[in-house]
Amino acid sequence: MARKPEPKQKNIGTTGHEWDGITELDTPMPRWWLWTFYLTIIWGIIYMILYPAIPLVKGATPGLLGYSSRGAVAEDIAAVSAKNAPLDAKIVSLDLAAIGSDPEVGTYANNGGAAVFRTFCIQCHGSGAEGAVGFPNLLDDDWLWGGDIESIYTTIKHGIRSEDDDDTRLSDMPAFGDDYLSDEEIASVAQYVLSLSGRATDETLVEDGSVVFADNCAACHGDDGKGLREMGAPNLTDSIWLYGGDLATVIETITYSRRGVMPAWSVDNKLSEAQIRQVAVYVHELGGGE
Amino acid sequence: MGILDKHKIIEKNATLLLVLSFLVVTIGGLVEIVPLFYLEGTIEKVEGVRPYSPLELAGRDIYIREGCYVCHSQMIRPLRDEVERYGHYSLAAESMYDHPFQWGSKRTGPDLARVGGRYSDKWHVDHLRNPQSVVPVSIMPSYAFLLDRKLDGKTIEDHLIANRRVGVPYTDEMIENARADFLAQADPDADWDGLLARYPKAQTRNFDGQPELTEMDALIAYLQMLGTLVDFDTFQPAASR
Repeated sequence: MARKPEPKQKNIGTTGHEWDGITELDTPMPRWWLWTFYLTIIWGIIYMILYPAIPLVKGATPGLLGYSSRGAVAEDIAAVSAKNAPLDAKIVSLDLAAIGSDPEVGTYANNGGAAVFRTFCIQCHGSGAEGAVGFPNLLDDDWLWGGDIESIYTTIKHGIRSEDDDDTRLSDMPAFGDDYLSDEEIASVAQYVLSLSGRATDETLVEDGSVVFADNCAACHGDDGKGLREMGAPNLTDSIWLYGGDLATVIETITYSRRGVMPAWSVDNKLSEAQIRQVAVYVHELGGGE
Repeated sequence: MGILDKHKIIEKNATLLLVLSFLVVTIGGLVEIVPLFYLEGTIEKVEGVRPYSPLELAGRDIYIREGCYVCHSQMIRPLRDEVERYGHYSLAAESMYDHPFQWGSKRTGPDLARVGGRYSDKWHVDHLRNPQSVVPVSIMPSYAFLLDRKLDGKTIEDHLIANRRVGVPYTDEMIENARADFLAQADPDADWDGLLARYPKAQTRNFDGQPELTEMDALIAYLQMLGTLVDFDTFQPAASR
């Protein structure tokens, strides 16, 4: 008892299939669908002509526009560099101390330096330059190698104990636990070091410690323990400690020494000369600059 | 409707339909598979790229074992912001000895394709032991146990052989010296000449600051060489590729 299909439009026929009296309407595809379909084919052909498309033995067909993602990024970078080139050139030509206050490039240097700092420096020195254990705080007035802009610039450029740069800043505190000092001597000199900031926990050892200090430590840290920047020797009399100022940490430092490393940012063009100058200006103006 | 009416012939003849279907699939397959046969020509030659040293290879295995690739990519795309942040965009040749490659597409953490030399060894030790000690907002988990897991390199030769089987050009000399090189790279008292001749630019020092050779040494040796092999002062990639 098959029912005959009733086409909405009279001119639509059936597909011709028939099974047990059941037939199928042959409704055409909607016109908007068909046109979209044809357009995508046309678009595809145009795209293949204009852009790299068909893989061949020596690479893909280049396309009429000559586009390549490498070319595009090179152009992009060249455009920005060209815009910045006069400013960067001026930064490189200026005296370091004059960059920050220069009316033309001062703001640019500071912002550029901040961008460099956020990209390359915050992992160790912290997003606010507050440092971490073993990585110096750059906001305070305590500087291992000097806080004037020339020193900051040199430190960034050549790094500290960097293996890649012969001009790197180098200080080499011995591990006094290796044959230099006995455990007793280390314990007493540690008490003396604590006493420099008025925190000795065992006053009886301080005097012995002062002798050990004078013989072994004063050459770099100074007779008064105030440190020596030429040697990268920290001031031991203040309350700022890179690795911690409690007794156990001080003993550990004396026993095993510390050898913090900062990369030399000029090596392998990690940073350009202009970028190094910018970030030097930025760090110098963070608050601790001298 | 002419030709379209002939479609019936295909639809009603199963064997013909099968043969023609295979033909269509074959064309698709050829287009996708044939380029692999001349892959040697598609990867541009880049000076400096070498197989991983045994210790770096072990570090890479740890990198994969710990799933670092889940959060870190090793693929700097040719976009200005990426190039300015991470360095020169990655070249195919730089991962040609990776089995499997570590390009990745998920960056919960930063891209690591050129992390080598960017931070000190101590930073890496601190950061892997307790990431929040240096990056307070980090959500990276701690990998402190790497410091305790000692390595003896007994199986490293097999790793090199396995890599050679899939196409990494390890020489007989490299495989012969695999274990010695493995033990030497992080040993400050070792003689590094042979190692450096076999693996130029390999970094040789005690990476984790501990006397024993640990997984931390291997992982940091690997991280510190990532992206450092190609000298972009002398190598200019073809712009059209």
